[in-house]
Amino acid sequence: MSKHPKSKNKNTVIAPVKGLGVRIRALRAFYGDNEAVKGVDLDFPANQVTAIIGPSGCGKSTLVRCINRMHEETPGARAAGQILLDNLDIYGREVDPVAVRRTIGMVFQKPNPFPTMTILDNVTAGPRLTGAGRDGLRERAAQSLRDAGLWNEVKDRLNTPASGLSGGQQQRLCIARTIAQEPEVLLMDEPCSALDPGSTQRIEELILKLKTRFTVILVTHNLQQAVRVAGRTAFMLDGSLIEVGPTNHIFNTSSDQRTEQYVTGKFG
Amino acid sequence: MSVNVLRTTTARRRRTDQLARWALLAGLILALVPLVLVLLFVIIRGAGALDLHFFTTDPTGAFFGNQGGIKSAILGTVEIVALATAITVPVGIGLAIYTCEVGRQSKLAMAVRYFIDVLTGVPSIVFGLFIYTVLVVSGVFGGFAAWKGSIALALLMLPVVARASEISLMLVPDSLREAALALGVPRWRMIMQVVLPTAFTGLLTGILLAVTRAAGETAPLLFTVLGAQGTTFGLGDQMNSLPLQIFNDVRQPNPELVTRAWGAALTLITIIFIINITARLATRRNRIQ
Repeated sequence: MSKHPKSKNKNTVIAPVKGLGVRIRALRAFYGDNEAVKGVDLDFPANQVTAIIGPSGCGKSTLVRCINRMHEETPGARAAGQILLDNLDIYGREVDPVAVRRTIGMVFQKPNPFPTMTILDNVTAGPRLTGAGRDGLRERAAQSLRDAGLWNEVKDRLNTPASGLSGGQQQRLCIARTIAQEPEVLLMDEPCSALDPGSTQRIEELILKLKTRFTVILVTHNLQQAVRVAGRTAFMLDGSLIEVGPTNHIFNTSSDQRTEQYVTGKFG
Repeated sequence: MSVNVLRTTTARRRRTDQLARWALLAGLILALVPLVLVLLFVIIRGAGALDLHFFTTDPTGAFFGNQGGIKSAILGTVEIVALATAITVPVGIGLAIYTCEVGRQSKLAMAVRYFIDVLTGVPSIVFGLFIYTVLVVSGVFGGFAAWKGSIALALLMLPVVARASEISLMLVPDSLREAALALGVPRWRMIMQVVLPTAFTGLLTGILLAVTRAAGETAPLLFTVLGAQGTTFGLGDQMNSLPLQIFNDVRQPNPELVTRAWGAALTLITIIFIINITARLATRRNRIQ
């Protein structure tokens, strides 16, 4: 399907079988003694958008941060279990977390462009700072900006500071920066919760476009957003996965009382 | 009734507010008075000494007649402080990177932070005595030398640079660190190319603070550099410097030499002022690009 070259994980001995998406097996995540994710099994099929919903503190952000091994960056945090990208366990002993993060990109809740860099430098930050080749960097940046739907707004001011952009533009810049690394998986941790409705709509359209190339995992507090962009939805509560299935099923015909109560706004 | 609820600003409150405002203004003026007086005094007493001859000739050591200018003192201060800065900046910023980015809450980082705080409180003459004992009396690479003074100054500057750098590194939002790490950037490159550039202005402020303090220090130089009359660019030689020149001249029972001391003091203040302004302008231009 995808035309762009896949980045190769040099530390891998096993040749990865592509297209299996991300599979989580018996994942437990801790902050000190506090167990935030309590044994979750969950599959994210390739080239689909899977939304994770649930009340604040249910462990959905922690779960997503485990997928690119950012969780362990928090002091005192650790994780146990397996996360398979294609057929490789990213928690395997021979796997370098830095390489994992190049293959599994992440977009954060608050737009976080590098304030000292220009728009162009922000987009090329991934390849530049990870020591990848500088060949065709400008074309790659332009393509990423086009893919992120930002090109027309910034093409005349690529060398101005990124901090001069609006919040919505900054978030699309962060998406462009992430996809310029050509990852396989795109993690999005409430990417629209700091944005106005117009910017939110643009990013949702973008997500629908990007799923043809990436496996998209979207954490959201906005239930309507899950309905609009996600083919599958997972519902988490108190560190456990309650239910996962086609979004339509979760929102309309769920048999689980807790899911039904949450999606109809009875709690959370 | 409902409107009265909004009327909470009583006459007494307004009076208290006015009183507090006046008290704060009085405090501000009180703080500014000595500063302005010192500056005025130095300008009035020192301006008379300034002429081309003052900046282009070395002190002759003569009590009467041609006493010379302060060229060697200016160049000496620049040399000694420059070397001290070159020693302090990498070590100080390195310490800050350790306590802020690597060690964080570890016992070693806590201990380092504690010792930096202790060092801040050490009187400058103690650093001078320390270097005097360890490097001068012991006769390592000869006796008195400019570079030994630089090391004494570096010890003095280190806690200032380390502490200020740590604070500016802590001000860099964690979201930027996460952004870099999530792109697959190795930690060291994240620190070098995201954290340090973002904290640049703060780091520079800390360095300037230390430079400013070191440039005016006399005690650490007294028993390390000793002093000299002529200009030298050999960091292994004894050297003149502005604080030493002031210290020596102001004690002389000759009003001309005392005036030279005031002139040297005015020069020192001006140099520090110029360094500060230049650095500010440089960082401003940097940010726009």
